[in-house]
Amino acid sequence: MSEVQFLNVHKDFSGVEVLKGINFTVQAGQVACLIGPSGSGKSTLLRCVNHLETTSSGTILVGGRMIGYEVHGDRLIEAHQKDINKRRSRIGMVFQSFNLFGHMTALENVMMGPVKLLKVPKAQAEAEARELLAKVGLAERTGHYPAQLSGGQQQRVAIARALSMKPDLMLFDEPTSALDPELVGEVLDVMKALARDGMTMIVVTHEMGFAREVADVVAFMDGGVIVEAGDPREIISNPRHERTQAFLSKVL
Amino acid sequence: MTVTGQTAVAESRPDFVELASRPVLKRKRPGQLIAMVVVGLFALMGAYIVVTNPGFGWPTVAKYLFDMRILNGLLTTIELTVIAMILGFVIGLVVAVMRMSENGLLRGVAGAYIWFFRGTPLLVQMLFWGFAAVLFPTIGIGIPGGPMLVEWNTNDVLPLFVAGILGLGLNEGAYMAEIVRAGLMGVPAGQSEASHAMGFSRMETLRHVVIPQAMKIILPPVGNETISMLKTTSLVIVIGVGDLLYNAQQIYARNLEQIPLLIVASLWYILLTTLLSLVQARIEKQYSRGNMLQVRKA
Ligand SMILES: Nc1ncnc2c1ncn2[C@@H]1O[C@H](COP(=O)(O)OP(=O)(O)O)[C@@H](O)[C@H]1O
Ligand SMILES: [Mg+2]
Repeated sequence: MSEVQFLNVHKDFSGVEVLKGINFTVQAGQVACLIGPSGSGKSTLLRCVNHLETTSSGTILVGGRMIGYEVHGDRLIEAHQKDINKRRSRIGMVFQSFNLFGHMTALENVMMGPVKLLKVPKAQAEAEARELLAKVGLAERTGHYPAQLSGGQQQRVAIARALSMKPDLMLFDEPTSALDPELVGEVLDVMKALARDGMTMIVVTHEMGFAREVADVVAFMDGGVIVEAGDPREIISNPRHERTQAFLSKVL
Repeated sequence: MTVTGQTAVAESRPDFVELASRPVLKRKRPGQLIAMVVVGLFALMGAYIVVTNPGFGWPTVAKYLFDMRILNGLLTTIELTVIAMILGFVIGLVVAVMRMSENGLLRGVAGAYIWFFRGTPLLVQMLFWGFAAVLFPTIGIGIPGGPMLVEWNTNDVLPLFVAGILGLGLNEGAYMAEIVRAGLMGVPAGQSEASHAMGFSRMETLRHVVIPQAMKIILPPVGNETISMLKTTSLVIVIGVGDLLYNAQQIYARNLEQIPLLIVASLWYILLTTLLSLVQARIEKQYSRGNMLQVRKA
């Protein structure tokens, strides 16, 4: 499992700064929840971790190594795309809108990474994929296409797909926000099991119950900065900052 | 609630419930009948003219419909259509991917290609390829400004059939590029994003994730393009490729039976486009059925 360190991370979109110096560490094996109002930069921060977004300055270390950049003299230089792809393959990402590959069955979605990227033999990849789908409670749905699955089922397939690459770190961007309320639980249950297995996880979420129960650390973001971070019970029950109090009074 | 006039009377009839459960009568629509009569009259007049005017030369049409020269021309037309469409699709795919590249130079080249081939008449492009042998009497591989290493006579490597294929295929590529691009852009960005997050490169993402899903969007307009191409191939007559129309022309140049031979050619064109339309309708139906199935099971 990998520790994640954000070191003075800045990010602007054509001049508009949306991350204003993020310093934060997630220990290996820990679950960190990012909370905060819409537009505060949570998704952007998460996407910087696997270099789906570039950073403007500062850097992020995963397992002690930068992603997307390397040291060149006394500056940073963008890394080779091949290296970036390799690092990405060990970081699982789960999206709000699932993003399962629509032309593939659940099984094919979960097999694809191992077969095409890791060159695992098909039979072995299929066996492992079936095992993963069983683990997320979808042993009966392996042959279904995404359009034939409910949102909760799709998201569980997406988690299985991310796990198929044997990641050291899992990133979740509002994984339950697109789900009908009665389907939220089944996805959170899978995530809780993952946390119990010791997976390092960074989770952007509005599920305060989940944060309180599972997170080792909660960070509240607003306006591109981490306003406060710490023990989830402390942050959620006794927020010290006004902005955190205002936000929590709305979502709780 | 007040119920007025007839309705009230009708609905208060003792047998109303029984009456209402019988099949509904179809109301006559006199307008439709008049339209049918008018159209029918015009059709009869048209048919009468076509059949009785000796200028149409139906016996001549029958005589040449299966003439060897016509059938050979037909084969050439089909070959031109198939090869030009394949070439056009491959070029379209490459140009579309270049057009969406992060590399500005590649984007520029793709844009220029589309600009040029869509901006000039196909007829002119066709003539250019026909006269390429004049522009470049020899082609070869060599050092620019220096000696040639290998050299061919253009007339040998560029038979008229190949010139025709190039004329049609390169032009088709420009239109196909736009169709393919629309297809690629029709695949939600989240699909590529998920693929990149897994560690797939841009090319792998295109191949495994984007293109297979774009095909659904691309195929129907490709059907249209094919039908259009079948007729457009007739432009090769300006450089003297022996297709269906050219061979029909060759025949009427001697026997002066222009109209019957143009009818012969048209009959074959319309037969082929009808067949292609049927194939296309089938493909589209298959897709819509697939979608219904998915919605129903969901
Ligand atoms: N690709 C982009 N281009 C320009 N602005 C963006 C882009 N992505 C995000 N932003 C802006 O960055 C800010 C932070 O967005 P985001 O990280 O999505 O916030 P959150 O996930 O907390 O809702 C928002 O103001 C958003 O409009
Ligand atoms: Mg977000």
